[in-house]
Amino acid sequence: MKLLWFHLMPYTDLPEDFKQRHPSVWVDIDPKLFDPAKSHLMYNDFLDELEHAAELGFDGICCNEHHQNAYGLMPSPNLVAAALARRTRDAAICVMGNSLALYNPPTRVAEEFAMLDAISGGRLIAGFPVGTPMDTCFAYGQNPSQLRERYYEAHDLILKAWTHSEVFAWNGRYNQLRYVNPWPRPIQQPHPPIWIPGGGSVETWRWCAQLDYVYAYLSYFGYKLGEATMHGFWEEMDRLGKERNPFRAGFLQFVGVAETREEALDLYTEPALYFYERCLHVDARYAQPPGYMSEATIRARVKSQVVQAAAASATDSHAYGRPAFEEIVSKGYVIIGSPDEVAEQLREVAVNLNVGQLMLLLQFGNMNKDLVFHNTELFAKRVAPQLHGLFEDEWENHWWPKPLAARARAVPRSIA
Amino acid sequence: MTARGKASRRGASRAKPGAQRDAAERSLRLRERRLRIRGEKVRAWGKGRGRPLGVLSGLFGFPAWTPFLEALAARRRVIVPSLPGHPGGGDFRRLDDLADWVIATQELLEAAGLEGADLVGLGPGGTLAAEVAAFSPASVRRLVLVAPFGLFDEREPVADFWAKRASELPGTFSAKPAEFAAQVLAQPPGADEVEFRVEQMRSLEAAARLLWPFGDRGLAKRLHRISAPTLLVWGSADAIVPASYAKRFAAGIAGRTRIRSLAGAGHRADFDAPAALARAILDFLT
Repeated sequence: MKLLWFHLMPYTDLPEDFKQRHPSVWVDIDPKLFDPAKSHLMYNDFLDELEHAAELGFDGICCNEHHQNAYGLMPSPNLVAAALARRTRDAAICVMGNSLALYNPPTRVAEEFAMLDAISGGRLIAGFPVGTPMDTCFAYGQNPSQLRERYYEAHDLILKAWTHSEVFAWNGRYNQLRYVNPWPRPIQQPHPPIWIPGGGSVETWRWCAQLDYVYAYLSYFGYKLGEATMHGFWEEMDRLGKERNPFRAGFLQFVGVAETREEALDLYTEPALYFYERCLHVDARYAQPPGYMSEATIRARVKSQVVQAAAASATDSHAYGRPAFEEIVSKGYVIIGSPDEVAEQLREVAVNLNVGQLMLLLQFGNMNKDLVFHNTELFAKRVAPQLHGLFEDEWENHWWPKPLAARARAVPRSIA
Repeated sequence: MTARGKASRRGASRAKPGAQRDAAERSLRLRERRLRIRGEKVRAWGKGRGRPLGVLSGLFGFPAWTPFLEALAARRRVIVPSLPGHPGGGDFRRLDDLADWVIATQELLEAAGLEGADLVGLGPGGTLAAEVAAFSPASVRRLVLVAPFGLFDEREPVADFWAKRASELPGTFSAKPAEFAAQVLAQPPGADEVEFRVEQMRSLEAAARLLWPFGDRGLAKRLHRISAPTLLVWGSADAIVPASYAKRFAAGIAGRTRIRSLAGAGHRADFDAPAALARAILDFLT
């Protein structure tokens, strides 16, 4: 199976009474809480952490896009990915991803992803999220009733831009371009692997199946709540006659590794609470702009208690909870323990959810760089070897980057 | 159509004086028509006698006939064609830009027999009534705008009613939050829970499609085209569009304008003060 190291890049210095004194971590968070000098150190620590993960042999490193959000300081994940493309060698660079409707024109995504694929020598995984309501409708002013139409049109435009061999005109509903002709074009042909981060909507599952994309369920609420969604996904794949290739699915999981479970609790309790109490303190006012959720999904959610439970955990929908720490561990939001304990639980998660592309949050909340390195090293050296072979014999990963051969790749000059 | 309706039509074919009496009776009853517009069937309610008076709904549309419409129908022939995406209305997802919305509204008014008639618009319906009056001044005789969207001043902003917690919604729309929650937001007895929620969300989505993020689609540049005599009515306690916006609208409109404030009413003045709003409108139109 593939193990990817995922960074959210949270602002690590929110005040202790943040939850009591501020209504939301997202959209209208108090601008006065941002300290630019501190952010210089944070960004550089975060990049160190991602680079270190790549050096330690993680299969991929991931970044993502959020706006006006103190737990995600990456309004432009492509900037981060560009820095990583130069400072890493073999790891896949997974941009998870660009919220397509926010790029005007969307050919910007075709261009920038092609640049990243070129600079990295073909290591890019192209994530195409719709984006959360907070990011798209409130921070970026998109009309919720048109967001999905724009997203699908942008997708079609980008795919055509990557694969069409002639200059073409695009007369779309939302985009009119006389000359579409992105330079550069991606190294990976016909295009880099496409992964779709989504909530639990049947429409998204069907779309991923139809176009043969990876569906990645990015929840902050762990594998137990994720089970309902992933089982729903696989049942839908059965109905559509798609094989249960685990590499078709991605899943996100928080992990804290230490020598013993007691030590792990000691090390990771505070950062976990920082994340769930401060970072996920999202004002519910921003969760449901009308039209963001399709009528089919509304129907499904009102009807089905099961889907409702899964929906409550979806990061791109609503209902951000603030659980007690016991819950964070007992419900599996964060998997904590010794290397063997963590490996055993993750194997169970991967097998039970049938997920071959496992994304790991080994930095969370206000963890400092030393602790992140510690967590990452323990994972790489003592957890990863217990997981790596999983699924590999039985299934082929069709959704992994195909980089240039090593001899064809540039060697970035070292810094004096 | 009810069995009673069919019987009265059969009666009408037999005797002429009876037909007149039946027509008079029918005008006192709520009638529902299905307008055919571009292959779609769109609901239009009608009730009352006299010159036609069109009403374009506010936020949430008209899931049911209301005391406000009833009060208007006491003195005018009220015609209520459903706006796209609102209860009884046609598809709104084919409407992309303002031109699409204005044409759709004009087609609706034409199909309902309201071309050149007096027109009342509430909230988003007010926005569309104002746009139609600006794009096509001859299509509206006299205009009544009740807390319309369409202008925005950041010093005194239109409230972001899209970003509310569920508990805040009743008080945002109405100065009688408990009644509004029970009578407008809650599922009526006997209604299908799923379909009721879907219809409610659809009407809000349709309004969002027209108004997001705060309703300014450039109307300020077109207000001078409105030549119809115009009444601007606001609830004094409107928590969404500040009551002071009445003056901003009045300053831009070319036609004669009058401003009426309804003491204590919220954004949905038709719910909070149905009789007072109907009286203000009928006074202006007579």
